[in-house]
Amino acid sequence: MATLERTIPVPRAGYSGILEWIATIDHKKIGILYLYTTFSFFLTGGLLALGIRTQLMSPDQQLLTAAQYNAAFTMHGTTMIFLAVVPLFTGFANYFIPLQLGARDMAFPRLNALSYWLLLGGGIILYASFLPFAGFPANAGWTNYVPLSAKQFSPQLGEDLWLIGLTVLGFSSIFGALNLIVTIFALRAPGQTFHRLTLFAWSVLVTSFLLVLAMPFLTVAGIILLFDRIAGTAFFAVEQGADPLLWQFLFWFFGHPEVYIMILPGFGIISEILPVFSRKPIFGYKMIAYSSVAIGFLSFSVFVHHMFVAGIDTPLQTFFMASTMLIAVPTGVKVFSWLGTLWGGSLRFRTPMLFALGFLATFTIGGISGVFLGSVPVDFQLSDTYFVVAHIHYVLMGGAMFTVFAGLYYWMPKMSGRMLSERLGQIHFFLLFVGFNLTFFVQHQLGIEGMPRRTYHYPQSPEWATLNLVSTIGSYIIALAVMVFLWNFLYSIVLKQGRIAGDDPWKGDTLEWATASPPPAYNFARIPAVHSARPLKEDVAAH
Amino acid sequence: MRGGGARGSGSSGAGVREPSFEPSRGGAGMACLIFTESCFFAAFIVAYLFYAGRDKSGPTPWQVLELGPVIVNSVALLSSSVTVVFAMRMLARGSIGAFRGWMLLTILLGAYFLYGTGVEWTKLIRDDDLTIATNLFGTTFYSLVGFHAFHVTVGLLLLSLVLVLSLLGKVESARDHRRVDLLSWYWHFVDAVWVFVFLTVYVIGRQPPGGAA
Repeated sequence: MATLERTIPVPRAGYSGILEWIATIDHKKIGILYLYTTFSFFLTGGLLALGIRTQLMSPDQQLLTAAQYNAAFTMHGTTMIFLAVVPLFTGFANYFIPLQLGARDMAFPRLNALSYWLLLGGGIILYASFLPFAGFPANAGWTNYVPLSAKQFSPQLGEDLWLIGLTVLGFSSIFGALNLIVTIFALRAPGQTFHRLTLFAWSVLVTSFLLVLAMPFLTVAGIILLFDRIAGTAFFAVEQGADPLLWQFLFWFFGHPEVYIMILPGFGIISEILPVFSRKPIFGYKMIAYSSVAIGFLSFSVFVHHMFVAGIDTPLQTFFMASTMLIAVPTGVKVFSWLGTLWGGSLRFRTPMLFALGFLATFTIGGISGVFLGSVPVDFQLSDTYFVVAHIHYVLMGGAMFTVFAGLYYWMPKMSGRMLSERLGQIHFFLLFVGFNLTFFVQHQLGIEGMPRRTYHYPQSPEWATLNLVSTIGSYIIALAVMVFLWNFLYSIVLKQGRIAGDDPWKGDTLEWATASPPPAYNFARIPAVHSARPLKEDVAAH
Repeated sequence: MRGGGARGSGSSGAGVREPSFEPSRGGAGMACLIFTESCFFAAFIVAYLFYAGRDKSGPTPWQVLELGPVIVNSVALLSSSVTVVFAMRMLARGSIGAFRGWMLLTILLGAYFLYGTGVEWTKLIRDDDLTIATNLFGTTFYSLVGFHAFHVTVGLLLLSLVLVLSLLGKVESARDHRRVDLLSWYWHFVDAVWVFVFLTVYVIGRQPPGGAA
């Protein structure tokens, strides 16, 4: 691998200890801050989920009141989507995009730090709604439909905090995405054309464009609702002739691209891991890259399928049904490319690979149930039932969170210099896989039987109790699995009991494996020159 | 802006193809900012059109919006896009004096636009009793036009900052003309968005009673 000479920037004398982390503008430190923060929010959202599942364990549990239950699922959804999944991927992107590009930092390091601190600030504002002064947390659901979220029905300060928190998080996402786009366009190593980018970088690029183009609609929706609540404007004042559908249009015009914002980076991580553990180049590199772009465009043309039951004209319903079917095509292209990568490879079933394979299985189920829901007549029947809950969790937990864990096992050695325990990792995977399917597979059936989502008890339908109990048991197995992961992290990384990783423990051939583990502040002593999508492979071939 | 990012200058990379498309960080950043800002405006414009003509009580746009003053305003703002182009040309050429002159003219035109908006709003609030809380028209009108006026204000502050820096002798043609040019992109964007806001508010949204709206 040829390299180009560039002087190593001399690090300035900086702070030490905690000040070093507060003042840092190094993309790797910011990436780690992102991952710690967002994983903590993931654990918090998980605790809320355990509360929800415990409440639903039997038809008439008394753990939570109706209002507390509403607040629990509202904060669970909001936390997992805005504070966990999306920024977890931003954390990975922060750490690994500059490394994979052969760059020394992000394009705008200070803006990068601002994005992180806005994320933390937004999260704190959101959770401040649990404090006594806020009255009561927001409890209108993560979709926060008006008029339920208007001053009349949600008078508490907690609702305002939800809106302010989300606005702050929106700016965090927009700045972060802008930074990643510019980094990928402007800071690629010499020779790294777009067809030599890693597929993770491709997926982050598309995701970032989606964020930059979709997030403003949610931000504006939140700000104008806040205006209504604080300044008495009439955006959602039904008595003045306002139409609650405006919220739904703005929300879902953001909300559907958001679904792909939460899964595309995961696709990217899978596309990195499968070839490495199959010892084969990725099958259909260009098809995977271009299908991400296709998904990006199509994701703006399907949003009304979230609103089929809200009174939409039949021609519009038909259009959005068709476009929803269409978006399954590029997703299918990816799934088949991944299968093609596995075909004939010498597979190594290490923990990252297990999570990647688990993702393939569970995500495919979630994708297919999404096609069901995209069909108008089926949606009429299943809308707002547990079938939808099952679908979204197959996509976001079985899909996105499996890729997050795959990414954590795959990249932890690079970030920390040590390997996570393989044995604990496998226990983690099998517990999570079993617990996840136990929790959510039965919810398809509950939905078909008509159990509505967002209900805190069901004394009128005791026949739902068995499947709900199964689901609750599954959720506790998920919690156990996550505890195994935390123990693995504590034991292997924090207590330094893991094996020393070396530069390239998995024999990966993208640029992040070309530097030390953990990488030095300047990433690369010499900026590498790139001749293909697999730069380290050339290196092997050249020697 | 410093262009090129991580591009090396070395000779050891023989046969390395340069990336086919490598914009400067500043250019790419400003382009992204303009993308995302367009979406913010789009959301406010959607809200305006969604509610156009659906008020249950007056005043309506047809009753209170006057075209005369706003056309003068628009001409001032759109001309400032022309003057800022001349300012950039002068800077690129190194004629700092002419650059300052064109910048001053740009700022005055932009400031006149803001002043005109202020006059219009004063009339609407005092004479027509239209506030942001009066009805759907008031709510969507002040938020959309106000959001644009906020962007004009930010642009004016940045243009004034550059003018002051240049008066202090801190702006050098060779070193700075590309980054000052990025500011002119932003200013063009603010002007171009006004065309859409104008069409939304004063053409589509201002239909006579019984009209298409």
